[in-house]
Amino acid sequence: MDPRLHYFHCDDLQRFPEIGENRGDLAKKFFDWYGAVFADGALSAREKSLIALAVAHAVQCPYCIEAYSTDALRQGADLDQMTEAVHVAAAIRGGSSLMHGVQMRNHAERLGM
Amino acid sequence: MARGTLPSLAARGAPLSSPAAQLARLRAVPIDREFPEALTRAGRWPLRPSRLEILQINVGKVCNQTCRHCHVDAGPDRTESMSRETMEQCLRALAGTEIATVDLTGGAPELNPHFRWLVEELRGLGLHVMDRCNLTVLQTAPHRDLVDFFARHRVEVVASLPHVRALGTDRQRGEGVYEASIAALKRLNAVGYGDGRSGLRLVLVTNPVGAFLPGNQASLEAEWKRELFRVHGIRFDALYTLANLPISRFLEWLETSGNLESYLQHLVQAFNPATVPGLMCRNTLSVGWDGRLYDCDFNQMLELGVDSPVGHIARFDLAALEQREVRVARHCFGCTAGAGSSCGGAVT
Repeated sequence: MDPRLHYFHCDDLQRFPEIGENRGDLAKKFFDWYGAVFADGALSAREKSLIALAVAHAVQCPYCIEAYSTDALRQGADLDQMTEAVHVAAAIRGGSSLMHGVQMRNHAERLGM
Repeated sequence: MARGTLPSLAARGAPLSSPAAQLARLRAVPIDREFPEALTRAGRWPLRPSRLEILQINVGKVCNQTCRHCHVDAGPDRTESMSRETMEQCLRALAGTEIATVDLTGGAPELNPHFRWLVEELRGLGLHVMDRCNLTVLQTAPHRDLVDFFARHRVEVVASLPHVRALGTDRQRGEGVYEASIAALKRLNAVGYGDGRSGLRLVLVTNPVGAFLPGNQASLEAEWKRELFRVHGIRFDALYTLANLPISRFLEWLETSGNLESYLQHLVQAFNPATVPGLMCRNTLSVGWDGRLYDCDFNQMLELGVDSPVGHIARFDLAALEQREVRVARHCFGCTAGAGSSCGGAVT
């Protein structure tokens, strides 16, 4: 099968800057802001990288998972810490689903006898 | 102490124990440009030394550990060790120069039988002495008193600790290394190392545990200081982040793990011209266990001797050495990637 017929291509991660080939002014604003977001601040670069890794799993973005798995290692996280971050994402996703069960119950109670 | 250590490449008779085979393997990887071309584009070719500030003496390949990434292919099964005669040649060379710092490395330099004598002689010349210490050697029975020896002779301890936690440290350096390293650091702290007041300088050195470049040195240092003090009550002065160069055992691991091409290509893509002025090959000269001279410890392991008639410490001639060009090959991309890497950590 033509590899380009897949939706996700790992090589595309390196091509992210190409998004600036049109409306480069907007891309510049994004990348400048993006860089500032991940700099050391009240949170360390490592902590931000672990948050990004967790969010990457929550939004299920394979590019982000690859990028922030590498970045978290570079920033000094280890596999235990990265796994805990993924569990945080999974817990929020699972908890969110379960919490919506209350909405289900409210609706069922309204309709039921 | 490290358990389950592996034999060195040399002891296994592995093809990559040969420097020529290592260089050939690197040459087989498709990359966009060669190192001289990258330097030329940056206006930095040819690469010449600046003022010689540091003599780095590799006193041998004997080590009590067999770390998976070791560029020296050091280990307990190695026998190469600098003789007292070669050390005397180093001392004679140093006495005639303004070189202020001597950087002792190995292997575990402390396992050379003449190590303490050399340190005493160097300090007697009024030189600043750095010891590249794997920490666990300080926990072995014959060497426990080195902590006091270092303090007495005001040796700067530059200690390897790849990760602030046990998982990555033991994965790279062997089971039990983290625990022994923490115990050694506590003993160094107990005699004043790392307290910021005693003048006993304690530096930690981290190499990435895998096929990626180190993160920001200042950011990691702040995290490590906070975390090591919080968990273990340990203090240290500075953290150096070093990139792993694709040679020797790290090269073997890159190849067997399928990371070689992408890692080398990443190093090439991450070439940073701003790192060139601060490269260690410019202000440091490397002496091998047998007295031969090299531009750096990596060139030493690849047997790329200095491009100069002065090839041995016995014939040391600073003026002649300053005229040389630094010998380069593809592994040099490891020192120029990202923030750069040298024996003193990031260079930008």
